[in-house]
Amino acid sequence: MEKVEEIPKETLLEIYKTMHKIRTYEETLAEWYYKGKTPRFDISAGPIPGELHLSSGQESAAVGVCMHLKPEDALIGTHRAHHFAIAKGVDLKKMTAEIFGKATGLSRGKGGHMHLFDANVNFSCSGIVGASFPQAVGVGIAAKLKGEDYVAVAVGGDGAANQGTFHEALNLAAIWKLPVIFVIEDNSWAISVPKEKSTAVAKNSERAAGYGIPGVSVDGADVIAVYEVAKEAVKRARRGEGPSLIEIKVYRLRGHFEGDPQHYRPKEDLELARQKDPLMNFEKLLLEKGIATEDELNKIKEENIREVQEAIDFAVNSPYPEPEEALKGVFTGGE
Amino acid sequence: MARKLPMYKAISEAIAQEMERDENVFVMGEDIGAYGGIFGATTGLLEKFGPERVRDTPISEAAFIGAALGAASKGMRPIVELMFVDFFGVAMDQIYNHIAKAHYMSGGQVKMPVVIMTAMGGGYSDAAQHSQCLYGLFAHVPGLKIVIPSNSYDAKGLMISAIRDDNPVMYFFHKGLMGLGWMPSPPEATVEVPEEPYTVPIGEAKVVREGSDVTIVGVAKMVYEALWAAEELEKEGISAEVIDLRTLVPLDKKTLVNSVKKTGRLVVVDEDYRSYGMSGEVIATVVENGISLEAPPVRVAYPDVPVPYSRVLERYVLPDKEKIINAVKSIM
Ligand SMILES: Cc1ncc(C[n+]2csc(CCOP(=O)(O)OP(=O)(O)O)c2C)c(N)n1
Repeated sequence: MEKVEEIPKETLLEIYKTMHKIRTYEETLAEWYYKGKTPRFDISAGPIPGELHLSSGQESAAVGVCMHLKPEDALIGTHRAHHFAIAKGVDLKKMTAEIFGKATGLSRGKGGHMHLFDANVNFSCSGIVGASFPQAVGVGIAAKLKGEDYVAVAVGGDGAANQGTFHEALNLAAIWKLPVIFVIEDNSWAISVPKEKSTAVAKNSERAAGYGIPGVSVDGADVIAVYEVAKEAVKRARRGEGPSLIEIKVYRLRGHFEGDPQHYRPKEDLELARQKDPLMNFEKLLLEKGIATEDELNKIKEENIREVQEAIDFAVNSPYPEPEEALKGVFTGGE
Repeated sequence: MARKLPMYKAISEAIAQEMERDENVFVMGEDIGAYGGIFGATTGLLEKFGPERVRDTPISEAAFIGAALGAASKGMRPIVELMFVDFFGVAMDQIYNHIAKAHYMSGGQVKMPVVIMTAMGGGYSDAAQHSQCLYGLFAHVPGLKIVIPSNSYDAKGLMISAIRDDNPVMYFFHKGLMGLGWMPSPPEATVEVPEEPYTVPIGEAKVVREGSDVTIVGVAKMVYEALWAAEELEKEGISAEVIDLRTLVPLDKKTLVNSVKKTGRLVVVDEDYRSYGMSGEVIATVVENGISLEAPPVRVAYPDVPVPYSRVLERYVLPDKEKIINAVKSIM
């Protein structure tokens, strides 16, 4: 936490603002998700159908990394990607409309919550665990061949690090010295399977050694620590020095997906997550160090609440797509 | 003694009884232990048999499905759960180049008593990577038997047959038939299931409704859409016979051909993609057997588009009762 005084106040407030916006967004979406699903949970009912994986508690990973990214940089996320989408600057209204399955959504309602694409800011994500890593390698190849300085960030959970794609992609990026940052967002769980039962090493950052690249582990309870570590990795990639692996230890405040009974999860684990809440910790730090006043933070909070409400209103009031839209767009060129 | 069981409990009961009978049977997959399987198909197994025989795996499908081959080669009878069939991509090499071909390529030296159990189907807005059926893709590959129960009685009997079979069997269950509280499921899928072990033979279709004017063929959830369509058609004086294939490989050609011989008309209902799949195979089988039809066969199948997310879009493309009724009327 030493570094906090060296970071400009606007930057710190921007970090706070984005983290708080993400939290507000996720908790608001959760409320909407359960409309039509109470008292009996029915995955297909309500204004937001399908699965919903929220990122509350994991905001520091997204914000700490994305603060260093430009729109040209690619970010490839996972099934749990709202926080990275918001931090990367994905259009919040269109994203929300997509999650509500509306015609005004990013993909006209065809993709949905796990498949958000915003080409304007080079954001994408996928419902297949481990899919991001090789794709980021390809973005790195493009940057190198085109002589551009953009970088690619691939995100995966601790569970994804046991997928073959992770290991193959790290090796490729290393041998070709590509501008790729591999981010493992370690929330200790892959649905019900705890990391210590699925992973042969204590820290996924140790696996970087197997591919001869830097590997760092950082505590996501401290967003500034994440910010500093990510800064180095992005700089290194932009300088053409090759890939890095960052493991960010975060804590899942909600279930794997909404509706998850979480009977596999010890109570203490949820308690720990509450203590490690990066938003709460950062807010405390800003106030204690006198970097921001309560009034300043309240103003930010109000702005966020308004922005999230506008996005929800936009989504709710948008029309559903025409049914025939389902048949369009399999190939480019011939709608 | 029989009692009504939802499909998910019928499946886990079948596995439990086979694990008790044969110590070589064991289970691997993601969240199949403490969670009991995301769709409940391994409910209660960890408590009964412990973590050695009920193994929660990392998210490493290529590794644990490939491991099923190695275990089978040493006389074990592994059941592996591929959480959603959509995830086959990362593990397909082990399935189609190895598990499916080992017996043939080894000249019969190696047996592959592997069950790959997997969830399929949409209808709840889980979009393009979590809603597919894809059984046609696996049925296309020589060496894999393919079973698809539509109710809890068949689910238990087919699972026991699959475990006892010395060949690799892909066991597909439709999420929307499992009888889970949180996912809509037609009540007809939850039927009486005997407590004792029994088998439903692999390779036998079932005529689930007799009729004389048209044969409607389907599997899994489409069997119910076909039955509901048949009820409506009855009111309009059209008598539809409905066949639940239950197994795609080996296909029960006899039941199929005999039915169409009688009715002279054929509608195939398929929640899998339309082209190069089950619907084409069923029609080709009938045509190759020289059955003369009174009207061209019709397919009510998933159009060749990825599964869209939005409810209105998904409804538009999913085959259902109305589409079946229209298809039947178009050939009467
Ligand atoms: C190839 C593949 N296998 C399995 C799944 C099912 N699945 C979805 S999320 C998940 C757990 C992912 O854990 P982790 O990577 O740690 O991410 P987290 O959900 O904790 O953010 C699993 C097993 C999938 N979507 N894709």
